[in-house]
Amino acid sequence: MDLELLQHAVPVLLKGLGISLLLTVVSVLLGFNLGLGLAMMRLSENRFVASFAKYYSMVFRGTPLLVQLFLFYYGLGQLSVVRDNAVIWWVISDGMRCAVMAIALNTAAYTSEILRGGLMAIPVGLREAAKAGGMSPMLRFRRIEFPLAIRQALPAYGNEIILVVKGTSLASTITVLEITGYAKRLMSQTYAIFEVFAIAGALYLVINLILIGLIRALESHLMRHEGR
Amino acid sequence: MEFGLLQVWQGGWITAILRGAAITVAVGAASMFAGAVIGVICGLLKWGRVFPLTLLIDAYTSLVRGVPELLIIYLLFFSSVEFVTKVATAFGYAGFAQSGYAFVIAVVAIGTISGAYSTEVIRGALASIPAGHIEAARALGLPGRRIFRRIIAPQMLRIAVPGMNNVWQATIKDTALVSVVGLQELLRAAFVGAGSTRHPFIFFLIAAVVYLLITLVSQAGFDTAERVFKLRARK
Repeated sequence: MDLELLQHAVPVLLKGLGISLLLTVVSVLLGFNLGLGLAMMRLSENRFVASFAKYYSMVFRGTPLLVQLFLFYYGLGQLSVVRDNAVIWWVISDGMRCAVMAIALNTAAYTSEILRGGLMAIPVGLREAAKAGGMSPMLRFRRIEFPLAIRQALPAYGNEIILVVKGTSLASTITVLEITGYAKRLMSQTYAIFEVFAIAGALYLVINLILIGLIRALESHLMRHEGR
Repeated sequence: MEFGLLQVWQGGWITAILRGAAITVAVGAASMFAGAVIGVICGLLKWGRVFPLTLLIDAYTSLVRGVPELLIIYLLFFSSVEFVTKVATAFGYAGFAQSGYAFVIAVVAIGTISGAYSTEVIRGALASIPAGHIEAARALGLPGRRIFRRIIAPQMLRIAVPGMNNVWQATIKDTALVSVVGLQELLRAAFVGAGSTRHPFIFFLIAAVVYLLITLVSQAGFDTAERVFKLRARK
């Protein structure tokens, strides 16, 4: 690997790193909240609401993210309903915003399944005790159910965040220049395919390792009562 | 008509999409098979702690699982395309680079990815076989190969079915990524159709529905397999 290539490639890929991180953070924030809403809908007693959440997650988990991305970016713009709606058009018309939307909707489906598992694992007795203590449903959710569910679901959710990081690479197919987008460009410019791959891959690995470390730290923080 | 359903029907795009779907399933199945072979070999080596190989396998699985699939596909395609074209032309198969080559390299790329995930599934399945079973087989004096065939393999298969289901679902969805380097599979067929009829919405919607059908049908298949492999346990 020669130095000149390194000097050329590293700054370009670092420029992409910022975009990749931005995509990840915004998508994870949106996706987590949507996923939490969907998980609660899934557990709702209203059959219509529960089946909406079920079919949502079936559709989004059953189709590739790339197809969803193309459908939103190329497909939706064709419909006049979408073009006439200023808000939706604002989201769809830009590759970056569209990628965030697609990735967030996709991760929301996976997140809802993970959080549903966490919410279902809460012992009934704890919920009943909170009820008997006179907690309102909102307070009960905030103080009892959510903290217990998130502790249960955190390891699986950590894997999902890693998948989101990898999923942001698909944004390069709809003109967003993040790490993979720049890497592809560099590969065709310099023909140093393996070297560019090594640098870009190392960036992703570093992001993922840091994320795994953060999640482990949060996990041990949440499990501190176990005294390990 | 705004949606362009008519154009889809008239332009013969249905056949193109169905052919794409067949290629998607073929790439998925071949990659899954390659991945399962890699998974069983690497999983056994990792489980058995064969010293230098374990480190190599660890590097392989954590690299592939930490780097985006798209980047791996770009690496394998771009690094081999020139070489393969040169070799194929030298041997008088100039057309190979356009047709069969994309399929082969797609299977190599997706199989590599699927193999990394399969390795972890198989290793996990092997780790959950109670050590007592293997010790008992040894105590009975069964030879090593028969221990594997009669004790380890059947339990490994049964425990690994749900994990392999997840790997298969991920693999079939990963095949969509190969469309960006030009293999005429389902998403590529939809992309070409969308471009030439200027009705992207309906084409990508059809592609999404076909992918959904593939995953739902295979999910049902795996559910059946799980039931077949399930131990008729005491209640």
